[in-house]
Amino acid sequence: MNSTDTGVSRHTALYGEHEKLGAFFTDFGGWQMPLKYQSELAEHKAVREAAGLFDLSHMGEVRVTGPQAAEFLDYALVGKLSAVTVGRAKYSLLCTEDGGIIDDLITYRRAEDSYLVVPNASNAPAVVAALTERAAQFDVEVADQSVDTSLIAVQGPESEAILLWLVDASQHQDVTELKYYAATDVLLNTSVGPIDVLLARTGYTGEDGFELYLPNAQAAALWTVLLDAGKEVGLTPAGLAARDSLRLEAGMPLYGNELSLQTSPYAAGLGPVVALAKKEGDFVGRAALEAKKEQGADRKLVGLTGQGRRAARSHYPVTVDGATIGEVTSGAPSPTLGYPIAMAYVDVAYAEPGTTVDVDLRGKPQPFDVVKPPFYKRG
Amino acid sequence: MSNIPDGLRYSAEHEWVDTQASNGTRIGITTVATDALGDIVYVDLPEAGASVTAGEVCGEIESTKSVSDLFAPVTGTVAAVNDAVVDDPALVNSDPYGEGWLFTVEVSEEGPLMSAAEYAEKNGA
Repeated sequence: MNSTDTGVSRHTALYGEHEKLGAFFTDFGGWQMPLKYQSELAEHKAVREAAGLFDLSHMGEVRVTGPQAAEFLDYALVGKLSAVTVGRAKYSLLCTEDGGIIDDLITYRRAEDSYLVVPNASNAPAVVAALTERAAQFDVEVADQSVDTSLIAVQGPESEAILLWLVDASQHQDVTELKYYAATDVLLNTSVGPIDVLLARTGYTGEDGFELYLPNAQAAALWTVLLDAGKEVGLTPAGLAARDSLRLEAGMPLYGNELSLQTSPYAAGLGPVVALAKKEGDFVGRAALEAKKEQGADRKLVGLTGQGRRAARSHYPVTVDGATIGEVTSGAPSPTLGYPIAMAYVDVAYAEPGTTVDVDLRGKPQPFDVVKPPFYKRG
Repeated sequence: MSNIPDGLRYSAEHEWVDTQASNGTRIGITTVATDALGDIVYVDLPEAGASVTAGEVCGEIESTKSVSDLFAPVTGTVAAVNDAVVDDPALVNSDPYGEGWLFTVEVSEEGPLMSAAEYAEKNGA
């Protein structure tokens, strides 16, 4: 996990709720966030088997509105955001002119002329700065709403049932028919009164689940209402430790581990996210990314599964016959699978699934098999 | 949050030492360590008959989050290893002073050890 100690870490609107639940905190992207409440393994398991409740309010929220919003995002991001229909969302990258990845982010199209861009917590200031700068030549407004917006995720097989207990009956169908990577405004009827949220069927766990955007003022109330509603089906508050092991099992990259300013999207397996062919116009990073695609990557991001019990960890060298051929970016014992899993950049010669490599576990090489993520797929 | 039993003594590296145990001096890790580590998934312990030296690394404890060295709090020969925690490392989290003990040592020399009060004060426990 990528944590930084700046000495001045911020609190989300839910900090008091986490304290009440006895959370262990960690600094993440400049925020004091719950690492876990009781046992990160139990929290992980709850998400796979029932549901978990996450505070993701450290994530950024940037509103892009105006007649040229679609055109602007086609220029500012590597994807073709103008092709996203209203109500749907798209995973994309914000790159530098050199093709380096500033952030990976999800963008929701809320109206013809309105988008919501959701960057990672630690990258939010850089994303806001880049979008603002790139907006100069367009008729759009870029508004950073991060500090006013809370984000709560309900993830796991029971999450739809939990949401339906709260969503106004007139909107049940909107929820049951909500597609993956789609979002809609819903009204929640709660014991503390009605709460309006933007409900998205997205997540970072490999399970069905929802992310709820709402103003800070109502976040604590909604958190409590959700915990209460989900109690009988096993909804458990879950921290960043479980979030990290869940996303790793699902084979999802984490900025700071798998992605950085130095990463080529083509090495990270994100080539399809870069809309070189689909977009006619220029966009930031286009020339550099065309060159990177042409050149091909020296290393590729792969999955590794351990033959033994010990786990590979971030930055451990990947070796073959004692020579270093790569580096682990994330690794942990998989709680669901019961064996060690990892992601690593390895030389393309060793990137084929089925190849056996070693990971240097603090001086002791241990065999790992190259696989294609995800490690875990829900049934 | 952490509980530090009175009858034991403690190393700076968060091991507890019980000289009242049968079959040598019994050693485990404290709740200060288990709270910091998170859920333990793998323990690598010295084998019975191995020599350990106070203050030196004698094994590893791996949690979902990280790997930590296990330091020997005493010098001597390992008498017994708790096979139950090797099979089920979660015992170290659930009962660190009881069923989650790690190994016993025929002690030839102790390393620097603290009382429960000293250890608790040092770790704000």
